Amino acid sequence: MIDQFKNLKRYSFLLQELVKKGIKLKYRRSYLGILWSMLEPLLYMIVLTIVFGTLLGHDEKSYPVYILSGRLLYSFFNGATKSCLTSIRKNAGMIKKVYVPKYIYPMSCVLIDFAIFLLSLPVLFVVSLVLGVYPSVSTLFCIIPLLNLLMLTYGVGMILATVGVFFRDMEYIWSVATTLIMYLSAIFYKPERIFKHGGMAVYMLKVNPLFDIIDNFRSGIFGESINWHYTLYSTVFAVVSLIIGLFVFKKRQDDFILHL
Amino acid sequence: MAGSKVVLEAEGIGMRFNLSMEKVDNLKEYFIKSLKKEMRFNEFWALKDVSFKLCRGDRIGVLGTNGAGKSTLMKVCAGVFKPTEGTVTKHGRLVPLLELGAGFDKQYTGAENIFLYGAMLGLDKKFIASKFDEIVEFSELKKFIDVPLKNYSSGMRSRLGFSIATTVKPDILILDEVLSVGDAKFKKKSEKKVLSMMDDGASVLFVSHSMKQVKRICNKAIILEQGRLVAAGDVEPMLEKYDEMLGGVDDE
Repeated sequence: MIDQFKNLKRYSFLLQELVKKGIKLKYRRSYLGILWSMLEPLLYMIVLTIVFGTLLGHDEKSYPVYILSGRLLYSFFNGATKSCLTSIRKNAGMIKKVYVPKYIYPMSCVLIDFAIFLLSLPVLFVVSLVLGVYPSVSTLFCIIPLLNLLMLTYGVGMILATVGVFFRDMEYIWSVATTLIMYLSAIFYKPERIFKHGGMAVYMLKVNPLFDIIDNFRSGIFGESINWHYTLYSTVFAVVSLIIGLFVFKKRQDDFILHL
Repeated sequence: MAGSKVVLEAEGIGMRFNLSMEKVDNLKEYFIKSLKKEMRFNEFWALKDVSFKLCRGDRIGVLGTNGAGKSTLMKVCAGVFKPTEGTVTKHGRLVPLLELGAGFDKQYTGAENIFLYGAMLGLDKKFIASKFDEIVEFSELKKFIDVPLKNYSSGMRSRLGFSIATTVKPDILILDEVLSVGDAKFKKKSEKKVLSMMDDGASVLFVSHSMKQVKRICNKAIILEQGRLVAAGDVEPMLEKYDEMLGGVDDE
């Protein structure tokens, strides 16, 4: 694997090209093009604010920022893992005919969605300013949950990419799983409500690494005190999933071609 | 050419495929089938114990009937397949011209595909940019270069693939039925290009069903039969032998 990553330099141009292709093709032939990467989360934020603001009675001014920050991280995770899942099969044409280190494919999927995520960050910034959430030194802390998220996504992505080759059912299973993960990530509700009730739900929230990552990210945005337990847990989870992902992928990558 | 430098060496190559009778790719079926003990794996050795050496300047024709394992062998040499047994050692840059245009994206234009495909072959941006005009020129697709690939004919796609893949100076060139790309004019042109690459010192592995082409291009040949290497040597006697094996079916 280490040898393979030395290869990364040689194939960095390919990685660049694949990322460029992913972004270009995603928005090609739409009138607003790349603007959608900003418009889409903004519109989602408005819808979710209207629906859940009234439904759950959140009337604080900064609630849209709360929703947007959670949703941005979740939709990156959701989009990237889903495209990783099919990355090997979608690139079967290439894999069968030209030798390219295969980890490039899930990696490019993660980077495509990460680039789109970065493009939509200015929206979060502007919305925050407008609604009176100002950046401070603590905003810098956001880098740590983002790094964890990146590791987690690539790790999970490689596991899914491997499984996706051998069992097509995974696509359906994963799309249900991501829905569950979404509801357990406290995107549009405040976790305190759940904590007050106690029980199983509390445990499920805390086990979900995405919940911890989003919570950490929000602490940075809102300049609140950071829950270091969450940081520790999500970092360990991310590193472990990355290691498992690398291991599983490496172990099975030579068999991919026989199943495509 | 005894004593000359070996650029590619295949040692005891074996390639096994599991041909399951029905392709099982979902969990439910897998469980049901394994419970009923219906998982039948048919082991199939596409290649078994194949060894050969490609020396610098050699041009080896790979002969064999359909299903003899020629394309599998080429893919193993190109590194696409990892052999179940044995090793392939390479020295120098290898350019595989297997199925051309494999990495193309249909929604991308010709120009964008040049960069994408070049990147897949491990070329860098600067190099591709410097060769861009040459590629377009050779493919004769200047008019269509900004058109998405989905509107290309298959001949046009192959021409573009061939033009991109042949811009690099390879030490080893693997050709699998690619000299039958495009119309008669382009065929001639591509053969000329390959010949000029050989003059520049590229060693060649050449798969073709046309014995005339093999005779024209190669100086040596190997014969595969059902995944085994049955003969190797200079091209003339090998072609005769292969002709005998085929039972004297007329070529072309």
